[in-house]
Amino acid sequence: MKKAQMNAGQNGSEKKDDTLKSDDINTPQNVLSEPPRTQMLNRLWEFQQSKGFISDSDISTLAREYDLSVIEVEGVVSFYHFFHRTPAGKFTIYLNNSMTSELKGFRRMLEAFEHETGAVAGSVDPTGTFGLFLTPCIGLCDQEPAALINFYPFTNLNTLKIRSVITKLKKGVPVSKICDHPDSHIRYTSTKDEGVFFREFNPGDTLLKLSRMGPEGVIDVMRDSKLAGRGGAFYPTWMKWQAAAEEEKKPKVVICNADEGEPGTFKDRVLMNEVPETMIEGMIACGYTIGAEYGFIYLRGEYRWLKAKIDKALDLYREKGFLGRHCGGISGFHFDIRVQMGAGSYVCGEETAMIESLEGKRGEPRTKWFFPVQKGYLQLPTVVNNVETFCAAARVIQMGVKEYTRYGLPKSPGTKLISVSGDCRLPGIYEIEWGMTLKELLDLCEADDPWYIQESGPSGTVLGLEDMNRPIAMFGDMFTQHIRCGGAVTIFNKRRDITQILMNYANFYTSESCGICTPCRAGNFIIQRKLEHLQNGLADADDLEDLRKWSFLIRNTSRCGLGKTANNSLVIALDKFADYFTDHITPSDKVQNRKFDLESATHEYESYKD
Amino acid sequence: MAKHVNITIDGRSFLVEEGKNLVTVAQENGIFIPSLCYFDHIDPPLGTCRTCTCKINGKFGPACTTKATEGLTLEVNTEELKDTRKALVEMMFAEGNHICPSCEKSGNCDLQHMGYELGITHSRFPHLFKDRMIDYNSKRMVMEHNRCIKCLRCVVEVFTDDGKRVFNYQCRGNETYVGVDYEQEARLTHEQAVNAMNICPTGAIIVRGESMAKPFGDRKFDQTSHREDFDEKPKSTRKPGKKTPKVIGTVSLAGCFGCHMSLLDIDTELLDIVQLVSFNKSPFTDFKEFTKRCDIGIIEGGCCNDENVETLRKFRENCDVLVSVGECAIWGGLPSLRNMVPLGECLEEAYLNCVTNEVGSNVVPYDEDLPKLLDRVYACSEIVKIDYNIPGCPPDAQHIWKAVKNILWGEEYSVLYSEFKYD
Repeated sequence: MKKAQMNAGQNGSEKKDDTLKSDDINTPQNVLSEPPRTQMLNRLWEFQQSKGFISDSDISTLAREYDLSVIEVEGVVSFYHFFHRTPAGKFTIYLNNSMTSELKGFRRMLEAFEHETGAVAGSVDPTGTFGLFLTPCIGLCDQEPAALINFYPFTNLNTLKIRSVITKLKKGVPVSKICDHPDSHIRYTSTKDEGVFFREFNPGDTLLKLSRMGPEGVIDVMRDSKLAGRGGAFYPTWMKWQAAAEEEKKPKVVICNADEGEPGTFKDRVLMNEVPETMIEGMIACGYTIGAEYGFIYLRGEYRWLKAKIDKALDLYREKGFLGRHCGGISGFHFDIRVQMGAGSYVCGEETAMIESLEGKRGEPRTKWFFPVQKGYLQLPTVVNNVETFCAAARVIQMGVKEYTRYGLPKSPGTKLISVSGDCRLPGIYEIEWGMTLKELLDLCEADDPWYIQESGPSGTVLGLEDMNRPIAMFGDMFTQHIRCGGAVTIFNKRRDITQILMNYANFYTSESCGICTPCRAGNFIIQRKLEHLQNGLADADDLEDLRKWSFLIRNTSRCGLGKTANNSLVIALDKFADYFTDHITPSDKVQNRKFDLESATHEYESYKD
Repeated sequence: MAKHVNITIDGRSFLVEEGKNLVTVAQENGIFIPSLCYFDHIDPPLGTCRTCTCKINGKFGPACTTKATEGLTLEVNTEELKDTRKALVEMMFAEGNHICPSCEKSGNCDLQHMGYELGITHSRFPHLFKDRMIDYNSKRMVMEHNRCIKCLRCVVEVFTDDGKRVFNYQCRGNETYVGVDYEQEARLTHEQAVNAMNICPTGAIIVRGESMAKPFGDRKFDQTSHREDFDEKPKSTRKPGKKTPKVIGTVSLAGCFGCHMSLLDIDTELLDIVQLVSFNKSPFTDFKEFTKRCDIGIIEGGCCNDENVETLRKFRENCDVLVSVGECAIWGGLPSLRNMVPLGECLEEAYLNCVTNEVGSNVVPYDEDLPKLLDRVYACSEIVKIDYNIPGCPPDAQHIWKAVKNILWGEEYSVLYSEFKYD
């Protein structure tokens, strides 16, 4: 608590504090001395939302305000794919083109949208009413095909529904009136009592306990609960919090990573929709532990429809005095939170890229010269944790370690949220206890003839029938090969084409790479070209070997996790489904002629025959 | 005084300053780690090009963004790492459209130099031929996006006097490019502009009137090299032995016959050649068809039409070993300049919209007897399996002959730096 008091003192605003309203004091501009540039994304969103695009004069205005060159602002705008430089239509439609969407009829939906709106994918119709764009996973894999119209969700689409929606929009019905309210689809919670994540929770439940526990107490509880980063890296939460607590530099920052971009993952969406309070209290607990002054929720642009709900929860917390000055009644602990909208970029889920983005820059991951707990947001000590981690942290404090560790395995206590989608009858959220086997999970969701299972999204691994009895756990023992699941299981049955799946992922990484390092920018592009070759039936055994070698090369040399994991699935699939690939390549015959499609290569020239 | 720590580089121990980046540390101790984005005064280092990838405490990592700490182990020159770094530079050549013979920066280019130093003969990756623009809009500079390797140097180094950026990344993914702010560029002093050109490791930033200032012989990399030949000795499947006569076939596909001309430049060794080999299907003999099986087929040029493809396939069927000679055969070379533009546009520009067209003759030629143009120019290796590549434009006569002798009779040889360096 002493730390927290010192913070306030260091801001030099201690004296003025009492004369001002609490709202005025706890803005990040005051507390963190944020430079104006950090507002860049918000300003760009304002322009984008009000006019449907960002004009040259908007860019010059921002450049003048922030004292930047125009090219720097343009660099930021062009990085995020929800920002447009030309009018994007009165109604901007983003149709999801992720793999689950492809399974559920993406092509037909695209045709239907094109037919109904008169816009061609990637452009605006001649009247300027509808803009039709494609976007990777929007976190609604349990109710695909899905699209966002002016960032309102429309789920379980079919051609009739599309026709009726577009007709209504043409008649002038507001989007907010006809949009869907995505179901959370919580299909299963642990059989013991109420589970962990969705049990009853009253705002303030954990706050009273905090001052009793003290910062050290919270760290102890985190250590005993063995809570580890639920974004998928499983870095022990207590170690991160302790490292940040030990940093002497003030003020400190807490960031909640709600940029759930990994295709196939939607657990954070459900958590924020159902229990945003636990996320907020997890952040408060972290802030209290490390002595932070301010928190950010970096919410992905695709989840804009959740923003109102989170803002409402934050307001409630402020009203009750759980946020702001002497938050939760803990004297000297001043903490507030705001939501920052992302603007369409997968790589911003990487913590340092997220920090850059919060600072109003391009979301390029930093080098590992410093860790965020040393120099993060505005070079201040920063803790970045996933939504689920904060929710779990709040639950651990609420339930107590003893109750929490009743769930799961001794080495991996607790439960885990898994987003299940693809070929199964019951897609949705499964709160499993660590230790459940893959087969049990697939039985629960009534998977249809599972054959190829994508675990933890494209950057995770591929599982097959031989993995059915492996337990899902954070830390296994010596005898079982556990599956370390980051939160998504996407099921594909035997009728699905593996090359199509891998191609979808390759396209995703080629366009989502931030472009800063060579292996990820160029390498993923090269892999995509090579997979095209495979898809066209032109590859031979050497090409498969190239794919394997080049994937390792990209993994070994990339700058951040995106490049390092982009080709995980590819490499594993090449091994696990070797038979499939042998069937799909051209055998090298004795003259070693590569298959080359002469007909398609001369096709264009043939059009001059007349 | 700075604290010192013990580190191990390739098994040797060194006492070095703590916290310094490993590229500098290695350099200070006489160990060369290749790097393209690294600049000693940019702190912290950029870590964008990744060509300094080493093994740090057993794990792959970039040397430039890793600090020296007590007990650190650094592996630099293992076969695996050398190949990894080479692959990264090859990747840059495959990603960009680097046409060295027509580049103002040739001889002053860090990327080109790195290619030579690492002994790159060809890129293992297919060239991507992405359509990129050349930006002539600024007053003084030309931004050649085809040559940019996105190292970030200019972005973080070039500022106007009042601290505004002149360059910045635009877009992302494979669309990433470095954009120029025309307004700020105009405010740079001439010296600052030239500095921007000089810090660019390739020829992406060119200041008009300054690019060819240095004559051949005085360019940055005309003389510099720390090597005379290359460590990597070409492997031969045959054991050296008596030279039995062999049969050679040669062909020029989409090439200029320059590689064939180069072969004739071999002077007195021609006498050797006549005794040791006979030419079958080849422009030298004017045999139109194969009359017997060849030991080796020498291919010049890539494939730009269906006839090239058929000829190349015949060569594959009739030769034991196929060798791509020269850039055009290896990756497409000069004819592949059209790969950045769709075929239709090329034809229309050449035959329909061309100002020198005769009146009434504006039609794209098409006849059953004419070879059909492919959608783009293909490297030979994209169509048949190629066993060896001999780079150069054209390759040196000695170089070709040595390589052929090595392949046919297992004769050992080394490529001299002077034979390998063409500009």
